Amino acid sequence: MARASRWVGTAVARLLPVLLLGFVLFRLLPGDPALALTRGRPATADQLAATRHALGLDRPLVTQFVRYLGAVLRGDLGESFEYHRPVWRVLAGGLGPTLLLAGTATVFAAAIGIATGARAGWRPGGRTDKLSTGTALTLWATPTFWLGLVLLVALGVGAGPLPGLFPVAGMRSAVPGAGPPWPALDVAWHLVLPVATLTAVQYAQYHLIMRASLAAQRGAPYLTLARAKGLRDAGVRDRHAVPNALLPTITVLLLNIGVVVSGTVAVEVVFSWPGLGYLAFHALDVPDLPVLHGAFLLLSAGVVTTTMVADAVARRFDPRLRPP
Amino acid sequence: MIRRGLPLLGPACVAGYLLTAVLAPLLIPAGRLDPVRATGPPLTPPSYRFPLGTDSAGRSVLELTLCGSRWSLLIGVTATVLAVGLGAAIALASGHFGGPGGAVLDRVVEWFVILPQLPFAVALGGVLAPGALPVLLAIAVTSWAGVARVVRAAVLAVEAEPYLERVRALGAGHVHQLRHHVLPAVRPVVLATASLTLANAVLTETTLSFLGLGDPTRVSWGSVLHDAAVTGAVTAGAWWCLLPPGLALIVLVLGFEASARLIGSIPDGRVR
Repeated sequence: MARASRWVGTAVARLLPVLLLGFVLFRLLPGDPALALTRGRPATADQLAATRHALGLDRPLVTQFVRYLGAVLRGDLGESFEYHRPVWRVLAGGLGPTLLLAGTATVFAAAIGIATGARAGWRPGGRTDKLSTGTALTLWATPTFWLGLVLLVALGVGAGPLPGLFPVAGMRSAVPGAGPPWPALDVAWHLVLPVATLTAVQYAQYHLIMRASLAAQRGAPYLTLARAKGLRDAGVRDRHAVPNALLPTITVLLLNIGVVVSGTVAVEVVFSWPGLGYLAFHALDVPDLPVLHGAFLLLSAGVVTTTMVADAVARRFDPRLRPP
Repeated sequence: MIRRGLPLLGPACVAGYLLTAVLAPLLIPAGRLDPVRATGPPLTPPSYRFPLGTDSAGRSVLELTLCGSRWSLLIGVTATVLAVGLGAAIALASGHFGGPGGAVLDRVVEWFVILPQLPFAVALGGVLAPGALPVLLAIAVTSWAGVARVVRAAVLAVEAEPYLERVRALGAGHVHQLRHHVLPAVRPVVLATASLTLANAVLTETTLSFLGLGDPTRVSWGSVLHDAAVTGAVTAGAWWCLLPPGLALIVLVLGFEASARLIGSIPDGRVR
């Protein structure tokens, strides 16, 4: 019971600032909505005051914030200026594509990073380590959107002798039958370049942490025992050292979800992937502030919640992380 | 990961970029990069006259890349100064004084560490006019907490040292302790973190300019790539517009990271 109430306390302490930031950004910064509503038409001070009163803008800030909280918690994010639909409906359409893209890329990035990181950390300073860690660091230093553009030109548009192999935009072929026969295959075909971009940039995180974590296991007595049993070197590494080194990597995987989300936004913009990031970016042009507001709240709250879950999960499985 | 033979490669690389940024206006006449007054043919591949080709407005991509380093570095450095200043100040306050105030500061830091950078930056771009301000704010607000977390750990390590207990026993005030003992001890950590923050700041500046949140009148690596995407150079397969700014950025980021490792590895006893 005490643990549950502490968890609720943490959740409120983490999520309330997200809403406070949303309130400041989208209710206080954009200026006076009453003036915006009467734009172009002459209005007397009395009329402006009446509009402000009708919108509740003459109340104290605390009251306004409480009203804002109530509206957001009821799921009332307003109506999109562009689509003339409730914002939550617009965002619901973007959630699936974002989760698909970020999820697929994370699975690939983690698998590649753990595999290369384990090999690099087994012999730190060796040739494999230098080569693979150098590659990972260089890709990590690459701006995600730029790598996306390069892959788009090289493999999507086709440069010089290279033909265009993969679609450059969207999630499905616009003309039915232009892509692979089944819808799922069509989506997978559109997914190749965005996922490749995101995976290439993100896998360094897992590589580096796995490398450090495995290097710390070297020389541990249980590995000497495993060798004495007669296991081959790769067997000692994969069956004994890697499982022990894996947990910090998994924790990082969940804690760094914010970096993954930022990368996903950039990739979605480059490949016009119809997810939350693309919706938010597109809303910048209109400008469709309700959609922008909703996307910001959803992405930030999602990241904050995931890190909280990650913390709890890591503590559950790794007794070393529990408070003494 | 420190290359034994060339320990100064990172700092030398960063110095080269700074020199380029300072000297670029002397090499490239003013107005040559104005899209209206550009003289070259649009979108030509690399040639003798234009070693890296031209963009859709007929400007030399080589000159754009050289000049672009100015604004990218200026914004990056300004944002880093803001982030490191705030982060280090908060870390010193929470690490040295502790108490309930320190605990509150730690919570604030913890929260800002998680805040995802790009969604926040895009939201900021929606409510502020495009320009230097949203870019600076987005970088500083999402970077200071990372600095604070690293520096705070270093401050706590110093605070536990016996020599600080001695200083306190001799009656030194907080200002004296911080200025003469804590700050010098954590300076290498602050510098190494600053170098990493700078790398991230320049990366983010480029991303945000690419998204169109930056000052549209300035030439930066991000704005060159933004123009390439908007004017159809990318869909035309004009790889020469794309590669130079991106590669320049990657080398600079690697230079900053190498410098950070070098600073972090300077024999100091405490910093490892």
